[in-house]
Amino acid sequence: MKVLIIGATSAIAESTARIYAARGDRFFLVARNTLKLEALALDLQVRGASWVGSMVMDACDTDRHQDMLSAAIDGLDGLDLVLIAHGTLPDQDVVQKDYPATLQVLEDNFLSVVSMLTGIANVCEQQGHGTIAVISSVAGDRGRQSNYVYGTAKGGLSVFLQGLRNRLAHAGVNVLTIKPGFVSTPMTAHLNGSGPLWAEPDDIAAGIVKAVEKNRNVVYLPAFWQLIMTVICAVPESIFKRLKL
Amino acid sequence: MASGRFHSWGLNPKSNGKPLRLSSRFEPLDLPDNGLVLPFGNGRSYGDSCLNNDGYLLDTHSLDHFIAFDQDTGILRVEAGVLLADILHLVVPRGWFLPVTPGTRFVTIAGAVANDVHGKNHHQAGTFGCHVTALELLRSDGQRLHCSPDENPEWFAATIGGLGLTGLITWVELQLKPVMNPYLQEETLRFSCLDEFFELNKASEESYEHTVAWVDCMARGSALGRGAFYRANHHGSSAPAHRPAAPRQMLGLPFVPPVSLVNRASLRLFNEIYYRKQPLRRSRTVHYQSFFYPLDSIQHWNRMYGPRGFVQYQCVVPEASGNEVFREILAAISASRQGSFMAVLKVFGAKQSPGLMSFPMPGVTLALDFPNAPATTELLERLDELTRAANGVVYPAKDSRMSAESFQRYFPQWQDFSQFIDPRFSSGFWRRVTGESAP
Repeated sequence: MKVLIIGATSAIAESTARIYAARGDRFFLVARNTLKLEALALDLQVRGASWVGSMVMDACDTDRHQDMLSAAIDGLDGLDLVLIAHGTLPDQDVVQKDYPATLQVLEDNFLSVVSMLTGIANVCEQQGHGTIAVISSVAGDRGRQSNYVYGTAKGGLSVFLQGLRNRLAHAGVNVLTIKPGFVSTPMTAHLNGSGPLWAEPDDIAAGIVKAVEKNRNVVYLPAFWQLIMTVICAVPESIFKRLKL
Repeated sequence: MASGRFHSWGLNPKSNGKPLRLSSRFEPLDLPDNGLVLPFGNGRSYGDSCLNNDGYLLDTHSLDHFIAFDQDTGILRVEAGVLLADILHLVVPRGWFLPVTPGTRFVTIAGAVANDVHGKNHHQAGTFGCHVTALELLRSDGQRLHCSPDENPEWFAATIGGLGLTGLITWVELQLKPVMNPYLQEETLRFSCLDEFFELNKASEESYEHTVAWVDCMARGSALGRGAFYRANHHGSSAPAHRPAAPRQMLGLPFVPPVSLVNRASLRLFNEIYYRKQPLRRSRTVHYQSFFYPLDSIQHWNRMYGPRGFVQYQCVVPEASGNEVFREILAAISASRQGSFMAVLKVFGAKQSPGLMSFPMPGVTLALDFPNAPATTELLERLDELTRAANGVVYPAKDSRMSAESFQRYFPQWQDFSQFIDPRFSSGFWRRVTGESAP
């Protein structure tokens, strides 16, 4: 399989790439940190990847998206799977007082992805096959006071993916929305979370690989989050607004 | 990151070391202005050698990348936090195996180096450190030392068995051993006394790569020193007739029970049944995971000792005095009625480790585990006396209680070693056995 990964050095993307590497897949990796990217590229090669190309790029550098996509397709010699995994988790207290910071969160988690998907969708639609898997979040299912700026970006992303799925279904291209719950990664390290609600990147990665294989549309990872979010979304707004969530 | 991960395997002592993240092997150490740090791998050493009370733990979890693997020569280079389990997963299907492995595959490679771990093949292969071809050491002042037997050899020697104190190991290069398949041909022989064990061992050392014995340490009187001897070689055929599956992961203990499940009654019962279950003589083909890592299939087995945790004890005494000393040691354990769930007996060989502070020496080694209780402390003091008198050594990786006096007697080279310790690095163990206090 020919796999393009954006945000490749994020913990979930790394774990996912390792599963595909063991199968001998080809990779084009995109990430911001040169050294981490180099470490991952070597790692995937040792684990069995048949080819690994890479590009250092900030996901918000939308001017370079088209070049990146062309380089990926050239290097991979095609495109079967795109995994978009970059993102940032802001401090809600900071962003709710500062519009430029809010805008940055929307760019990191939403607008940059939309820019990439515009080009990727056209390529996939034209070739008539492929899977586009994008990491959204359970946080996008309902706005809450503790992280509604991040939630807005992910919520917007989930809706965009819904529409894209509808459009690309006719071309035989699958769009997978991945909604992880709490995952122990560098992005969430400051939350110091532990307990039954927290999952490891390896568990999420296994879920992603399975969802891609089964052509799923939306997947909550771990699966129990679907139940939790169903309950959270069912609470009437008049009650919900009084809760401290 | 879940702070619940930062304890040692014995769940004792408790520690409050604060984790520090490492971003990649290329970055310099980003240390706070004050306080001592210690690298933390997967927390599989038993006592406080992996803990750093009131200080920081450098979490090597993120250093989990493979760097290079030459399938023709079996030279593998990996980052510090890669687990032996991950290495086996990659290399066994390609015809390679770890040259030396401890009894769990859930240790990091840097942990294996820092404790210079050994396995059932010590009499032929020596320690893990004997097979390390190179490593990189990152010091708190930003210096990177490429260490091998030829390059910075004194740092290489200090870091192998150096308990993580000489700096952060960023990567390790290892010479693997070729194998035909994932199986071993194992033979089990029951023995009824220590003399019989020593005879069996002598007869097996040359022709079997792996030898180890289990001893029933609840047995007394004429049954003292009874047990079962296991010897094995990697299966030499490219197409073994029998190919047993890897053991399934059992559920294990999902939480720490409020009291220890290990007590005198359960120990006596276990040891009795275990002894009777051993065949007089049996030969079979086994999967490497069943042979090397029987306890790995029970997740969190360390929790069975309850919230107080447990204490491991492993000593080695020179073979000349081995037989007699072990009779006394076993008699002391049996008389204390403390008993051990798993008592493992093994004869180490003469192959010298490059490690300055390495634990193994030619002689007989015994590994035991006990519930963490006052009576255990007394018994272990007694065992220390016997070990000291026989010019033996106790294993730091499994210790949480030896006195500074004992340690300095076991490791007279500790002061030579001290000059290689990074000024920003320390551990609970090191402060305890050298009498230093944390600033």
